[in-house]
Amino acid sequence: MTESKYLIQGATGDWEVVIGLEVHAQITSNAKLFSGASTEFGAEPNTQVSLVDAAMPGMLPTLNGECVRQAVRTGLAINAQINKYSRFDRKNYFYADLPQGYQISQLYHPIVGEGVIQISLDEKDPDAHGKAIGVERIHIEQDAGKLMHDQHPTMSYVDLNRCGVALMEIVSMPDMASPKEAAAYVRKLRSILRYVGSCDGNMEQGSMRADVNVSVRKPGDELGIRTETKNVNSMRFIQQVIEYEAQRQVDVIEDGGTIVQETRLFDTDKGVTRSMRSKEDAHDYRYFPDPDLLPLELEDDFIFDCKASLPELPDEKRARYKNVLGLSAYNAAVLTAEHETARWFEELLETSEAPEKIASTAANWLTSELFGALNKMGVGIEESPVSPAQAAELLGLVADGTISGKIAKQVFEIMLESGEGAAKIVEEQGLKQESDTGAIEKVIADVMAANEDKVSEYRGGKDKLFGFFVGQTMKAMQGKANPQVVNELLKKVLG
Amino acid sequence: MSVDKETVKKIANLSRIAISESEADALVPELNNILGWVEQLSEVDTKDVEPMTAVIANKLRLRADEVTDGSKRDKILANAPVEEHGFFAVPKVIE
Amino acid sequence: MTEIYELGIAAIRSGVADGEFTATEVAETFISRVSAAKELNAFLVETPEHALAAAEATDKAKAAGETLGKMAGVPIGMKDLFCTEGVTTTAASLILDGFVPQYESTVSANLFAAGAGMLGKLNMDQFAMGSSNETSAFGNVISPWRRNDGGNTDLAPGGSSGGSAVVVSARIAPAATGTDTGGSIRQPAAFVGITGFKPTYGRCSRWGTIAFASSLDQAGPMAHDTRDCAIMLGAMAGFDPKDSTSLELPVPDWEAALNSDLQGKKVGIPKEYRVDNMPAEIDALWQQGIQWLKDAGATIVDVSLPHTRYALPAYYIIAPAEASSNLARYDGVRYGLRDLPDGAGLQDMYAATREAGFGPEVKRRIMIGTYVLSAGYYDAYYTQAQKVRTLIAQDFDNAWSQCDLLLTPTAPSAAFGLGEKSDDPLAMYLNDVFTVPSSLAGLPAMSVPAGLDGQGLPLGLQIIGKALDEQSVFNAGLALEERAGFVAKPGQWW
Repeated sequence: MTESKYLIQGATGDWEVVIGLEVHAQITSNAKLFSGASTEFGAEPNTQVSLVDAAMPGMLPTLNGECVRQAVRTGLAINAQINKYSRFDRKNYFYADLPQGYQISQLYHPIVGEGVIQISLDEKDPDAHGKAIGVERIHIEQDAGKLMHDQHPTMSYVDLNRCGVALMEIVSMPDMASPKEAAAYVRKLRSILRYVGSCDGNMEQGSMRADVNVSVRKPGDELGIRTETKNVNSMRFIQQVIEYEAQRQVDVIEDGGTIVQETRLFDTDKGVTRSMRSKEDAHDYRYFPDPDLLPLELEDDFIFDCKASLPELPDEKRARYKNVLGLSAYNAAVLTAEHETARWFEELLETSEAPEKIASTAANWLTSELFGALNKMGVGIEESPVSPAQAAELLGLVADGTISGKIAKQVFEIMLESGEGAAKIVEEQGLKQESDTGAIEKVIADVMAANEDKVSEYRGGKDKLFGFFVGQTMKAMQGKANPQVVNELLKKVLG
Repeated sequence: MSVDKETVKKIANLSRIAISESEADALVPELNNILGWVEQLSEVDTKDVEPMTAVIANKLRLRADEVTDGSKRDKILANAPVEEHGFFAVPKVIE
Repeated sequence: MTEIYELGIAAIRSGVADGEFTATEVAETFISRVSAAKELNAFLVETPEHALAAAEATDKAKAAGETLGKMAGVPIGMKDLFCTEGVTTTAASLILDGFVPQYESTVSANLFAAGAGMLGKLNMDQFAMGSSNETSAFGNVISPWRRNDGGNTDLAPGGSSGGSAVVVSARIAPAATGTDTGGSIRQPAAFVGITGFKPTYGRCSRWGTIAFASSLDQAGPMAHDTRDCAIMLGAMAGFDPKDSTSLELPVPDWEAALNSDLQGKKVGIPKEYRVDNMPAEIDALWQQGIQWLKDAGATIVDVSLPHTRYALPAYYIIAPAEASSNLARYDGVRYGLRDLPDGAGLQDMYAATREAGFGPEVKRRIMIGTYVLSAGYYDAYYTQAQKVRTLIAQDFDNAWSQCDLLLTPTAPSAAFGLGEKSDDPLAMYLNDVFTVPSSLAGLPAMSVPAGLDGQGLPLGLQIIGKALDEQSVFNAGLALEERAGFVAKPGQWW
């Protein structure tokens, strides 16, 4: 990403921005990390709470193996080191959403070590503008409960349903240099998590949120002092935080001030970050190994099984679409960005005995026709009213000349509304394309008879009129004539 | 390493235990007495010694991912000092 | 005929099984003993209905010819550290004021499943932090023992399982549950002349037992003698998937395998336990114990546990550190006491609640624990203590290459008077000098009543065994018990 470097223009010159992200991703599991209560979203308050989650006296944590498995699979998906020995630590602090008075996390020995995520700023040609972002570590920890402040004039309400849900904290290196890179990183991470199935990536429901670390420096200088803006829960906000923080820090430094390493909050209404310093003073988390849990030791077999269970990941898939299926770089990128899209596309291809032959047509149709229709409807591909098999049927009718591309659009519209199959629609509505030369010749003869003057003009050298004859013929045949046949016949009779 | 009154107050605050000035004064010698005594540990040579993590050899077991608990709001809230509409209630928190 | 209240677990069990008396008669006997002993302040809650219901169930089962459980017909006292469903449980602290658990601890559930009934919840040192039962928020427990000097000084029953020790010693209950973190079963057992057993860490589930220091806490029986302890531990112990540190092992039938013949056993005498200022009577008793074990067939060897002197300081870092975190949950939000001063915010509420709810010793340990874990001090204190703990465990491992068991005194003194040590935390901590090392190493250990001092107060001997080898500990305990012939009992003055 050499072109158009992101710089803040200050009074004293240009400033670079250095960004690191700590993404908290909810691990997809039925039960919580250390208790058997459900993780389902949206239940009545305090109904998905076990005695362990409520930190009743004498309650003890037991580890959910699925959460461990998903963290390891995620680590493997970013080519990270898997630590066969890891441990859980207690992070001690008092808050009403934290019943134990500590969060069980992994500070000293995380389950996943260093890995890497490839990002791209150019959707059209990802390979030409890629960048590797380092991942420092992934660790497993508990989520906190939820406080509600707007239900009562003098009290806050505590709901512990989320309390104890498993999170992965994915900590990047400070390798990003612009809001766009940060967004691309989160997008790519989300894509990988969804491919792996370790997190649903749902930012609205809080399944993914980020702590954004930002610092600024003059090009070539050492790293500046960073601030950490907590709990940013959308792609747009992440970029806003970076833009705001970078500018703020440049202003502070250029006014002769210094940046304090601190925790900040993002005010989504005003679009600004605010210091939480007042709360920060007392923070001394007193991490120590949780004596209720033993060290977590992973067997080779366990890691091997995790590896074997990984699906084809977006980068591999994109390369295969380009190199084996012959798709354009753009189509390959668009179709692999979301695992749902790729799955849909591959189901479509599976209906063909020679997938490579239909791949490009299918990819073009999917990225233009289907995406256009879904966009208009405001739904995702998983809710598409037309199934991959139905799409294959439609594309098949075009390929074998039964209908024209133009009629196909019309058929697709009807499919979207009725849910009927393409062949049935073509049959019932008589949309089948006419390729019978006799029938077409007859119509051409009629058209020429009705437009003798134009025929003479054409023959007199007015070539442009050819299109007129095509149009008239097609019109007379209600668009069902095979345009290629019409062209050939017209050329022949007009001479 | 000995603690002064300010440190005692800081520890009390971290522990969320309210203490008065006179209690803080009294705690200074008391805690220093104990801390001074435990500091004899520093004379033990622990080079190349691993800190203990499991007192008896044992392996951390992994639980199956099954919902086996929850749906017991009444039991969860049974001892709540203040309960409102199925929530625990605390003095309003300004974030 | 011996009064029913003089009987222990084995005798009650066979009496009920043989039809000498009914379980209900047993329960009624002890219930009346409980109500007559209020002066000792051993109970925080009395639950006669529980004891009676269990007794009736046993009588019915017997009438129906069903097999009776290991503890059938035995009403016991329950240390208030065990959460008992529907019965107020406070760990003797105001911070759990009015707390009624909606669940049953695994240990108490196991005992009830074996047929035991519960006479009530027993007073103790607050959150099990103490060695004299003087840190209870609900008053001192008074030992039934008195010095033979004619004075009526109230004596400490030891702690933290002081209530448990007293009810067994005073024959108010035939047995009681205890918990041991650094000696809380063994030291009070020694102080009142009963038998107490701490099993290998992980034998008894900690689920539902209010935590003091998670890596050290273990439940165990306190009873008349070795056999009763073997029976009761058999009912308490067992693998529990709800406790990640629980050992996934079958529970041996310790009672069936009791054997006081120690032929072929080597017993180590650790020289570092001969501490300065040890009373001559205790040293003499220790020598006597060596003779008894020789007489039982054991070979005696001298061993060294070089890091013994660092066990107490390491313990007083590790236990408070874990406690400072374990006790963070007592915050006035979900259960127990809430102190909300006018206009107070959340953090003020925490500080006020915890100020009002915790006693001075608990606060002291929370603050010590908070300090040793805090930024800049963690490695110097906590990490160093856990390294020393590794060395202490290695000392025992090295000793096991020379011997199978260790014999030591249980405590450095006989019971002291209430108030005599309560002003000096350090002097109090030193009570656990002989019991803490085996706690840090997670080893099974027991205290056997072995004699009286010059003032007529009980003294105990401690046997420490290898991890999981409870059987050898029980066997050596039985050998000592048979030879010591300890029959002294406190006079009933209450």
